[in-house]
Amino acid sequence: MAQLLQLLDSAIAFGTVIMLGALGEILIEKSGNLNLGIPGVMFLGAIGGLIPPFFYELNGGSNPIVGILLSLLCALLFAAFGGLIYSFLTITLRANQNVTGLTLTIFGAGFAEFFGASLNKLAGGVGQISIPVTSAGFRAYTALGAKGGLMKLIFGHGFLVYLSLVIAIVMHWFLNRTRKGLNLRAVGENPGTADAAGINVTRYKYLGTIIGSAIAGLGGLFYTVDYIKGTWANDGTVEGLGWLAVALVIFATWKPLNAIWGSYLFGIVMWSYMYVPGLTRSTSELYKMLPYVMTLLVLILVSLRKKRENQPPASLGLSYFREER
Amino acid sequence: MEKKKVHEPLILMSKRAEALPAWKSWGIRLIAFLLSLVVCGFVIMAVSGLNPFQVYATMAKGALGTSKKAWVTIRDTMTMLCIAVGLAPAFKMRFWNIGAEGQILVGGIASAACMIYLKDLPTPILLLVMVIASLIAGGIWGFFPGLFKARWNTNETLFTLMMNYIAIQLTAFFVSLWENPFGSNSVGIINSQTKAGWLPNMFSDGYNGDYGWNVVIVLIITLIMYLYMNKSKHGYEIAVIGDSENTARYAGIRVNRAYVRTIVLSGAICGLAGFVAVSGASHSISTATAGGRGFTAIIVAWLAQFNSIVMVIFSFLIVFLQKGAQAIASSYNLSQEVSEMITGIILFFLLGSEFFVNYVIRFNKGRKVSK
Amino acid sequence: MEVQNAIKMENITKRFGKVVANNAINMELHEGEILSLLGENGSGKTTLMNMLSGIYYPDEGQIYVHGKPVTIASPKDAFDNHIGMIHQHFKLVDVFTAAENIVLGLEGEGKFDIKDVNKKVAEICEKYGFDIKPDQKIYDMSVSQKQTVEIVKVLYRGADILILDEPTAVLTPQETTKLFAIMRNMQKDGKSLIIITHKLHEVLEVSDRVAILRKGEYIGDVATKDANQQSLTDMMVGRSVSLNIDRPEPVNVKPRLVIENLTAYDELGVKRLDDVTFTVNAGEVLGIAGVAGSGQKELLESIAGLYPVASGKITYLEPDVDYTATNEDGTPVNTPKELVGLDPMSIRKNGIAMSFVPEDRLGMGLVGTMGMTGNMMLRSWRSGKGLFVNRKDPEALANRIWKELEVVAPSTEFPVRRMSGGNVQKVLVGREIAQSPSVLMTAYAVRGLDINTSYTIYNLLTEQKMKGVAVVYVGEDLDVLLELCDRLVVLCGGQVSGVVDARNITKEEVGLLMTQHRKEGAE
Repeated sequence: MAQLLQLLDSAIAFGTVIMLGALGEILIEKSGNLNLGIPGVMFLGAIGGLIPPFFYELNGGSNPIVGILLSLLCALLFAAFGGLIYSFLTITLRANQNVTGLTLTIFGAGFAEFFGASLNKLAGGVGQISIPVTSAGFRAYTALGAKGGLMKLIFGHGFLVYLSLVIAIVMHWFLNRTRKGLNLRAVGENPGTADAAGINVTRYKYLGTIIGSAIAGLGGLFYTVDYIKGTWANDGTVEGLGWLAVALVIFATWKPLNAIWGSYLFGIVMWSYMYVPGLTRSTSELYKMLPYVMTLLVLILVSLRKKRENQPPASLGLSYFREER
Repeated sequence: MEKKKVHEPLILMSKRAEALPAWKSWGIRLIAFLLSLVVCGFVIMAVSGLNPFQVYATMAKGALGTSKKAWVTIRDTMTMLCIAVGLAPAFKMRFWNIGAEGQILVGGIASAACMIYLKDLPTPILLLVMVIASLIAGGIWGFFPGLFKARWNTNETLFTLMMNYIAIQLTAFFVSLWENPFGSNSVGIINSQTKAGWLPNMFSDGYNGDYGWNVVIVLIITLIMYLYMNKSKHGYEIAVIGDSENTARYAGIRVNRAYVRTIVLSGAICGLAGFVAVSGASHSISTATAGGRGFTAIIVAWLAQFNSIVMVIFSFLIVFLQKGAQAIASSYNLSQEVSEMITGIILFFLLGSEFFVNYVIRFNKGRKVSK
Repeated sequence: MEVQNAIKMENITKRFGKVVANNAINMELHEGEILSLLGENGSGKTTLMNMLSGIYYPDEGQIYVHGKPVTIASPKDAFDNHIGMIHQHFKLVDVFTAAENIVLGLEGEGKFDIKDVNKKVAEICEKYGFDIKPDQKIYDMSVSQKQTVEIVKVLYRGADILILDEPTAVLTPQETTKLFAIMRNMQKDGKSLIIITHKLHEVLEVSDRVAILRKGEYIGDVATKDANQQSLTDMMVGRSVSLNIDRPEPVNVKPRLVIENLTAYDELGVKRLDDVTFTVNAGEVLGIAGVAGSGQKELLESIAGLYPVASGKITYLEPDVDYTATNEDGTPVNTPKELVGLDPMSIRKNGIAMSFVPEDRLGMGLVGTMGMTGNMMLRSWRSGKGLFVNRKDPEALANRIWKELEVVAPSTEFPVRRMSGGNVQKVLVGREIAQSPSVLMTAYAVRGLDINTSYTIYNLLTEQKMKGVAVVYVGEDLDVLLELCDRLVVLCGGQVSGVVDARNITKEEVGLLMTQHRKEGAE
């Protein structure tokens, strides 16, 4: 039982990182942009969330609220900036989405690792960065969670875990119940139709991509300040998590609510190798293939069944250009 | 009657009716590249306080300063080129193979496996077996996404992306299987004593003195691919399909068959790049063997408009930038990753410049509409 | 009684480059009437209406709505003036429900009450007799239901002037009857309607008044009660113009392709070819007439092995083969080849030299990014042994066509995409003729070409005919069809409505056949 709780606990933490990344990407893809720069954007969010509290605490700051606010603000700004570069290149300059996305990943990774390494140097060596006050603030939970056991599993997480759930639900509501959500989906499905209906395609694509990137950036932020407790590893893990977030979008068939259970399932599968008996160190690596194989199967099934609700947005990956009239 | 102004956007963009002459389009790209160097200069200045000219000089010295450094730059250029050359046929058919990372890794695994299990074979035969094994492994990695794309129109971008991660886990599995020494979680240098399965030096006696054979192998592949793409029947089919599938069907091309065949070829050459990386460079295998080059090579192939010969230039440019940036990092005590950041900025500019190659912009002066 | 105008168009002119699509048109739509806008393909009907719906903006002239001068520069302006247009190509999002499509892009903040929308949609449906469910997804709908959604969409937005662009083109006769009933309901409700069409019987059935366009000019209008099919056809096609196309008498005419009961469906399951039967003869130019979208494209592509055939036969009779000879047991010595089920490669491998100039020149017949040589290879790339393509012969052929047909291009490597339409067509036709075909099919071979190039093409086709090639010419200009071809097959709605001798028929008679479904019978 304790093992199970521990597994679920780590699954939730792990799941939150990729859920935020996936939620951001869902919003972006719903606007018709296939952003392969998600790992880069998450990197930007990760480093953006680390820099301000690092200097704040280095200079003796000790108010966790200030640290958290600075961290959040900067993470959102950095990630949104990544989304802005991508949007400008793909929407205004109509550069190829895949190539631009990959470049954003290269840039974001380089940017974050560069500043991460520089901070490490300032802090005195790899893994020496610490932001105890802010990180503790991010990871704080209420008395309910302190009771341990099941209560810990449900209530014993930092607020970003709950925020990610709120974002998922709000995004579901937004996409399916509001006019703006309807318009955004129309832009991703058929920009020509949306344009004819008087929707400003460019504005929706920009906003969808930038806001989506900011959300994905929160995933990177959660990874640094909560998952690895406010330090910097310089090992490129965020990139792997970013790709997993892209996979999760497929697994969730572009539905925010599916991303919730999908991400936790990925987390369980990811960590369950520690609890499966008989796995050696090498076979556990094979076992860790499972989330990707699952995603691949979902992708294949979706294309075989051709159920319309589960398909990617119809104009995903294509630039929209209205010839002048 | 009141006069009314019709609202029209101030800036009008339209596709160029006629393509620009080559010198103009390359001129635009050159300007973008120079602009990006200026921006990078500012960035470097901002983060390090260094004089950008000094920085660029250090870069050049770092990448080509000594013969050893130059050889490493050439070696990595060749690996990058091999991947880009492999990707080109798939991309020319508008098949988004972003699975080169995985294809490189399985090619690398196949090579490493030969080195470990067949180390007693005579060197030329062993090398040949390694080449074939890596081609087959990469080809298999390309086959599945190709088949599913051709038969069921499964999204190949996402499919190949997942295949990357399956390959990474597979690599991790073999790394711990072949771990040496035990507990290090790395394969170490394979056959470090016998050098079995290592690509030999061409000019020098010592090991790793030069990488002449890497150059020969990759340039031969590049040349063959150039001929294949431009002179062969298959190459012609690829070009027609990439332009219009309807035209291809009209011309009697069996599109699905050509599809799968081309993706397998693409995967196989990326697999061969894995061989080059393992046998010709690292003599080891790890999950970092591909190291993002499968993604970077996409950009190389794209910028070169899939022309194998032009890819030589772009591969060199990118590797040069990376090596140079690493040199800056070590001589000014910065982090190595500055190279990727700079690469990213330069690529952003080059990608953006394509817009000005393909579109014209004119400014609208407004139009009065009266009765 | 004085008539009020819902719309008045005054001196409307629209040019596209040098082409004048609409020339100083004056037209009115009366309040509460159904007006038919009649004209052949390319007569400028859709362009004119697009200026009311905000897609195009007129170069000259003024539009009045309910007597007030207005500026319509965008679809939104059209809606603000309560004008709604139902386009031929539906603008709907497939994975949305009917109601979602209907409210798409409408103003309004935050959450919207889909129940409220559904209720309002249901009210509109009930009022006019529409038959759609608001929560049904578009991809689950038939073509006619999709059209209904488009109509409800404009009504929901408060349109009182509706323009329908060839609404019956995609409908079955039953659905057409229903649509007309709905149109009359809307008329009773005080709406004014314009229906664009070229089907005469529909014009007579549904409208109060007919306005006729021809080649961008406004010909005139007539009250429907004073018109009949003959008088409308005359106004629509105009008087015959003599073109003086050289047409030698065919010699040595023999059947080459026998098409029997050919039926085909498109990917949406709509019947595109319906029991088509006719014979293509060697030594003749067979013209195929019909309004656009009557099945011409599908017919040629079926023969070429590019379109899935549901049922029927296409039999190929080789030249110089005697199909009457029999063995001792009475079975024929030679059996003709069956083409249904063969793809283009198999057709070639069977030794059938079939040339095809498709309608979509750069999307099917040519590779836009390649030069002339590369495009010559489209037919010959497989020839020769070995891995490599033979470039010599195609290059020689490209050079020959370049010189003989006077193709304007800097070199044979110049991408055809960047050539003018006429030169593109010379490359395509030149290549197809160079294959020494036994069957040569052309779709709209002179569309968009200048007079001189057109005559070059006519002469090339006639030359082929005299060489004993079976030539199929799909065209839209009746004058050309009547002077170039020996026989005509007239298509209407995927059916053959007549096979006639092109020398002994008038333009008006063909015009009538083009607009009459066989099942409805002739007058």
